Amino acid sequence: MHNLDLTLSDISKIEGKAGCDIKIRDGLVKEVKFSIAEFKRFYTQAIRGKDIAALPQLTARICGTCSNAHLLCAIKACENILGIKVSQQTLLLRQLLNFGLIIRDHALHLYIFVLPDFFGRDSILDFKEDDGPEHKFLHDAFAVKSAGNHLSIAVGGRSVHAPYPMVGGFTRLPDKAELIKCLQELKGIRSRVIDLVKLFLEKDKTLVRNNLQFAALLDESYSFLDGEIYHTDGKEAPEKYGDNLKYVSIPYSHASGFRFRGKTFMTGALARLNLGKEKLHKKSKQSLGPILDIFPSQNIYHNNLAQAIEILHSIDSAADIIENLDIKEEKQLPITRKAGEGVGVIEAPRGILYYRLAIDGTGRIIKGQIVVPTGQNQIGIEESIRVYLENNLEKLNDREILEKEIESIVRAYDPCMSCASHFLKIRYS
Amino acid sequence: MNKRLKLGWFSFSCCEDSTIIFTELLNDHYLTWKKLIDFRSISVLQKKEDLTDLDVAFVEGAITSGGQSDRLKVIRENSKKLVAVGSCACVGMPSAQRNLFNTETNTEIEAILTRFKYLPKVQKLSEIVTVDDQVPGCPMNEKIFLTLVDKYLKEFKIIS
Repeated sequence: MHNLDLTLSDISKIEGKAGCDIKIRDGLVKEVKFSIAEFKRFYTQAIRGKDIAALPQLTARICGTCSNAHLLCAIKACENILGIKVSQQTLLLRQLLNFGLIIRDHALHLYIFVLPDFFGRDSILDFKEDDGPEHKFLHDAFAVKSAGNHLSIAVGGRSVHAPYPMVGGFTRLPDKAELIKCLQELKGIRSRVIDLVKLFLEKDKTLVRNNLQFAALLDESYSFLDGEIYHTDGKEAPEKYGDNLKYVSIPYSHASGFRFRGKTFMTGALARLNLGKEKLHKKSKQSLGPILDIFPSQNIYHNNLAQAIEILHSIDSAADIIENLDIKEEKQLPITRKAGEGVGVIEAPRGILYYRLAIDGTGRIIKGQIVVPTGQNQIGIEESIRVYLENNLEKLNDREILEKEIESIVRAYDPCMSCASHFLKIRYS
Repeated sequence: MNKRLKLGWFSFSCCEDSTIIFTELLNDHYLTWKKLIDFRSISVLQKKEDLTDLDVAFVEGAITSGGQSDRLKVIRENSKKLVAVGSCACVGMPSAQRNLFNTETNTEIEAILTRFKYLPKVQKLSEIVTVDDQVPGCPMNEKIFLTLVDKYLKEFKIIS
């Protein structure tokens, strides 16, 4: 295509609103502007003056999709500041809550947002009941999402903005009988998730990004909630992660971009698999076999495959915890307010979530910095669209196909615009 | 195909928690709803959009820009009923937190407000259009939502 001006004002089947402007002149890609179109809600300013005990439930409202990830990360930052060491039971229940989120959230992305592309449909709502594969995956979608949803409800009291997790522990403990029901449901969806892995292995596209860096928080059990920051060139303490993130102003986007150690990078399921596949649950590894040889991969579409694999890992890990957990009565630990600064880092479904907070002697927030995965991936998304265009210029004669390809690249990153647009960058001295 | 309820689902400034609850309600209700509801617009699930002559528009989120306000008015003009869904749509908060900022904080965010043409104040839906019903909660209360869906299915004579 010689010349082209293309504006995608509202990309569908993603969380929130984003757009893209493209300008091609004389066969050269002159401009690619990927922009997050959600208006800011200024949480960075709104949290100032709030009590540390109230913070997690407030910042959970940054994003309905991954609200429980914000909840857990905020709690971790608060506990790090106050020096609170919670019980092993609390840590395991938090893992269960998060596994429920990973299952539900990845399933929403893969089945509801991505799968219609594989079957030539606009929406999973258009899938035909009398078509074998469409019927199967439509029903698999609801079964897998339900299992994750029910696990989050059983542990947290609700799958969105869970009310039970607090700084210091849980206000209410889950009922073992409810967890056993969840266990049966998790076992029931396992084979469906292996089918999903195989589908993505067989059908997904290829867009290779040479020299793309990766970063992920990993521990030996791939828990999403603890460990060290692994990256393409080594590893470092999670407390140092923010020091190596460079803020990049993107004037046409409502959200800020970031580079890590001076380079464009990717965070999320593909980064986790590339840097830590050997840490997956052993039962998952046995079932996946040679499929895992694909990783490390520079194909950004393998983020979808990696998410499907992480659903399997979350099922196996959650099942292990439920089978071995004997819930005993315990109260949440008391909060003793004191001045301090601290960091909380976890892996949200879409990648590294970073909270840095400072509080005064009465426990009120003085300032905070919250860096979300989609902000970190924003520059990479734009560059991936550019790479695709430069590699496929001669094929770009059909605007409709071009629009679909760009949307599918954005979707492969599974961006979350609600998260990305919550804040205004402030300097943190 | 039998007559179906022409439904739209729209999101403005919020965390979209009610959208997530809605997608989870589909797990249990989709097979029933697909026979009764024509999803005309719901961008989290589909690209196609048809705003004409909607029976019911469910709207989540608060209004923070002139563009959002204009679009809400268009949705209102095209919908027989409009329902505010979730806390931000019903009462503005927590998306309206900036309405309470002090002068110093307002100065800090002023450049952003100007560059992207924010409204001076974040508004709940009923400050801009007539709202027929509300589903309160953060996220929305599922039972109230399901009761309302049932009410409109009867009111528009989709079911008896």
